[in-house]
Amino acid sequence: MNSAVLATVERSTGLDVARLRSDFPILRLKVNGNPLAYLDNAASSQMPQRVLDRLIRYQTQEHSNIHRAVHYLSETATAAYEGARSTIQRFINAREAREVIYTRGTTDAVNLVMQGFGRAFLGRGDEIILSQLEHHSNIVPWQMLRDEKGCTLRVVPCNDAGELLLDEYAALFNERTRLVAVTHVSNALGTVNPIKQMIAQAHARGVPVLVDGAQAVPHLAVDVQDLDCDFYCFSGHKMFGPTGIGILYGKAHWLEKMQPYQGGGDMILSVSFERTVYNSIPHKFEAGTPPIAAAIGLGAAVDYLTDIGMPRIAAWEHELLTYATEQVEALPGVRIVGTAQDKASVLSFTVAGVHPHDVGTLLNEDGVAVRTGHHCAQPVMQRFAIPATARASFAFYNTFQEVDQLVAGIRRVQEIFS
Amino acid sequence: MDSKQLYQEVVLDHNKKPRNWGSLADATHRAEGLNPLCGDHIWVALKVQDGLIEKIAFEGESCAICKASASMMTANVKGKQIEQAERLVQEFRDMATGRLNPATQPSQLGRLVVFAGVKDLPSRVKCAILPWHTLHAAFHDRGTTSTEGDADPMGLSPASESA
Repeated sequence: MNSAVLATVERSTGLDVARLRSDFPILRLKVNGNPLAYLDNAASSQMPQRVLDRLIRYQTQEHSNIHRAVHYLSETATAAYEGARSTIQRFINAREAREVIYTRGTTDAVNLVMQGFGRAFLGRGDEIILSQLEHHSNIVPWQMLRDEKGCTLRVVPCNDAGELLLDEYAALFNERTRLVAVTHVSNALGTVNPIKQMIAQAHARGVPVLVDGAQAVPHLAVDVQDLDCDFYCFSGHKMFGPTGIGILYGKAHWLEKMQPYQGGGDMILSVSFERTVYNSIPHKFEAGTPPIAAAIGLGAAVDYLTDIGMPRIAAWEHELLTYATEQVEALPGVRIVGTAQDKASVLSFTVAGVHPHDVGTLLNEDGVAVRTGHHCAQPVMQRFAIPATARASFAFYNTFQEVDQLVAGIRRVQEIFS
Repeated sequence: MDSKQLYQEVVLDHNKKPRNWGSLADATHRAEGLNPLCGDHIWVALKVQDGLIEKIAFEGESCAICKASASMMTANVKGKQIEQAERLVQEFRDMATGRLNPATQPSQLGRLVVFAGVKDLPSRVKCAILPWHTLHAAFHDRGTTSTEGDADPMGLSPASESA
């Protein structure tokens, strides 16, 4: 793309990408002698200097255990940890901070709901609706519950574009349906599911909904009250924060009824050998010393995203994905897997006659980092009858030049295998 | 390393025109090999008479590294005694994991040294080894083998999945 067109796009989205890129030290790396084109953001994103600085400041000036002692550092750490919770609450527009539970990540959040909600409220013959597009982390916990309780899993199919079939979804409900667990954005295909509508359909039948938002929160403005979801799960490291931290948003009335996931310190009000009284939410679900620094780092990442503005990020990424789709689509022998009308961030593709792992190894030579494989979404691969894809996934710091680097890399792969 | 070292003409040729491709109706030994992380999935079938590998065939779905490795493996072990083939399995594994340097240490690997470069690509080592792994399983009549978990005789640390 020429620089004049690029400038127009930058003006229209209001994003100064060159300046934002300079916030990310790792993006200056060279890989195999080429500038790193980091296009694996759906797996994990990079941290800006502001988040790194916040982690250093916490560890050098504020660290102690939280909710414990009366000394200066414990109170500073507690204030920072709870402050980050409020920051995250505002970011997703939760009604109250106590509806925001710190977890280890999205997987941990789904497992918390499986343990605390599923094991408490579901029994033999009860049904859970999942979708064809789920990541393994929103399939396997429900299979474990199915096997323990004798529940039934029902799956919403998708069409050849990777869009869920909403008529089929409506037809899956019956009087035994107890939960819908569905992804907001497909990690393998990039499909943005119409979850607001899906939630309304479920609620019309009195069924609560869990949303896997791991791939949505870094790319779209998410408002949990507007969506009216009952649970919303996401990960810090996919939204420019640290690993080891994630969020379960849950409506307070559900969280209050649910059983604790783990027992231990901080999740209790009183303990004797006869009886334990659990703490109130959110602490009931945060047993033991949490990853305090990571939680505070996630708060800093949210501040960073808020300053940029999620609508601007979404607009830039939309331009980037549109450009990448046009360029990759124009390559003969390259098939884009996942062509939904509404997509975010992800471009999954296959190159005729070349296995995705060979594509990935050769792109790495050009400094282009893509994910290859089944993306922890084997049912998606089965639906499209392919073993794997190569997947480029974008963040707001990616550029049109990096898309060109990807396209040139795919051309080189085709030459080598011609 | 430079990918040209790995994706050499001979590898690309075997990928395009795999030798001994297909199944064997009169096989005496068979095994299925699976790399669940990348989806490489192959079947190896052998007809063994008095310890001699009379026929060998493979088929499946895999990346170029795995397919070329399987193709060159079948061409190499056909007509050999099982013990000779087992020694080659061991040498190939040692080379792919960097325990044997064919440039300085004696081996029977011959042209198979084109795969020496995978030792620098940890995520691709299993692609190259899978056919050999499967051949070994077939000799021992283990129906299915995997590059992961308890069935991983390589003792490689299991790579983990992520989104």
